[in-house]
Amino acid sequence: MPTTPKKNSVDTIFSSITAVSAFSVIILIAGILYTLVDESYPAIEKFGIWNFLTSTDWDPVRESFGALTNIYGTILTTFLSLMIAIPVAVGIAIFVTEISPNFLKGPIGAAIELLAAIPSIIYGMWGLFTLTPIMSRHIEPLLKSIFADVPFIGILFQGTPMGIDILTASVILSIMIIPFTASISRDAFNLTPSIVKESAYALGATKWEVVKNIVIPYSKLGVFGGIVLSLGRALGETMAVAFVLGNNHRITTSLFDAAATITVTLANEFSEADTDMYFSSLYYLALILFVMSFITLAIAKFFLLRAERKYSR
Amino acid sequence: MTRQSRRKIGGFVALVLCTLAALLGLFWLVIILGDVLIHGIKALKPGLFINDPVPPGVAGGGLRHAFIGQLLITGFATLIGVPLGVLGGTFLAEYARGRKIALIISILSDIMVSVPSIVIGTFIYAVLVRPLGHFSGWAGAVALSVIMVPVVLRTTEDMLSLVPWTLREAAFALGAPYYKVITQVVYRGAATGILTGILLSIARVAGETAPLLFTAFNNSFFSTNMGQPVASLTVTIFQYAMGPYDNWHEQAWAASFVITIFILVLTMAGRLIIKWRYK
Repeated sequence: MPTTPKKNSVDTIFSSITAVSAFSVIILIAGILYTLVDESYPAIEKFGIWNFLTSTDWDPVRESFGALTNIYGTILTTFLSLMIAIPVAVGIAIFVTEISPNFLKGPIGAAIELLAAIPSIIYGMWGLFTLTPIMSRHIEPLLKSIFADVPFIGILFQGTPMGIDILTASVILSIMIIPFTASISRDAFNLTPSIVKESAYALGATKWEVVKNIVIPYSKLGVFGGIVLSLGRALGETMAVAFVLGNNHRITTSLFDAAATITVTLANEFSEADTDMYFSSLYYLALILFVMSFITLAIAKFFLLRAERKYSR
Repeated sequence: MTRQSRRKIGGFVALVLCTLAALLGLFWLVIILGDVLIHGIKALKPGLFINDPVPPGVAGGGLRHAFIGQLLITGFATLIGVPLGVLGGTFLAEYARGRKIALIISILSDIMVSVPSIVIGTFIYAVLVRPLGHFSGWAGAVALSVIMVPVVLRTTEDMLSLVPWTLREAAFALGAPYYKVITQVVYRGAATGILTGILLSIARVAGETAPLLFTAFNNSFFSTNMGQPVASLTVTIFQYAMGPYDNWHEQAWAASFVITIFILVLTMAGRLIIKWRYK
């Protein structure tokens, strides 16, 4: 137990100021939650919880609102982007920790961190001006010609590829979350004790077998925490997808259709909402997003903390 | 094929795939940065910084209003967010060290760092915009500072924890009260780290767009009045890129170039300082 000296009056004042500053985080979170519930109360009262979550209506004229199209868009883009990002990110982490020669480790790590620092609006704008034309002219017609007639998978690739769609948004989102996942996975991989790896090498294991059977099992808690953290970030990402998703309140099965996520709906419609119920429904969406990402991030934090405890033993 | 060569080939293929993944990551960085650089430098003219916007369709004009607005909003956000964050971090690492409350606040801050920033925009809208009846630069600054506080708080906590406890005990032994120990001994030991954390947190909020959409909003005119809507680079990029005019697109690229360089330089400086100080 660290020793601390006796209090004096200035010290009491200083410690109270620091305490208030620290508690501001709790106050903020409580304040956000309270405000969102308070603002969305009229909509909660009118549409209920289950009805709102399962209704596909989004009709400002009739003032009938439901969240399902937005939730669907949010979950679908997040899921697709994770599908693309996880293998790449884990691959990068394996390369940096196990394969790359030492002089490359620093630069590649720095490059990944720079990629993480680029603001999301730049990703969004780049997506709109550069990626969208490439997707609509080359990649999406190619995907369509390959998969459109395949049973079951085919329904994902119907319609005219316009570039402003779920697939493009997911690709941009995946580029954005690769650095997060990669750097957390790298940190987790780095914690594998070299003595365990060396023992495996001594038994004749190849490099890949060491990665697959030693490094990944040893660090899976940390990697998993990193993936869930990226999931939480992807759920709430706004600007990267706002440019290229379209804001279309329909549930579509094709990846070539425009869609809406909670964040995109908020960004596009919040300052245009003209009726109280419209406004309240938007706050209801914000509340759902807040709760979803808060729970996801809390789970991520739980895994990362457990990983930290495990490794520090 | 023998079992051994199968293992070797399988391993080789897997390692090649990992290398390709790393190349793909580098590829994205190069292609995105390259695109921003090429388009940005082409559109970068001195007039961009000293002229105000002109009506769409008219040639020329600049983004002086957005540059100044961005500086104002980010500056005031720093003035609000940094003291709160540093003091809060001090509480966690010093007065509440080892207590449960410190762990709880620390975990909540980590969660707050990644909470969707657009939700913070809607929160500030309800608290600071609607009650006052109009969008304002202050609301934008407060929204950014809400994002900044947990970032600064966590770095401060980590950096203060790195200062050895014996250093504090030495100061206690001289009869110094705790607040003097903190302000004159601990802060000095952790100064570089805390400053780096502040740099990185500025880089983090300078690129935020979503929380400004409903708070600082936008302004097509030059204004330094924080009580009124203030333009920011990021919201202007959003508006100009979505707009129909080529002239706007060019200026959006130029603005993206400036803000990207600013953030990357801050980030790299922060990383270099950390490496140099805490290797």
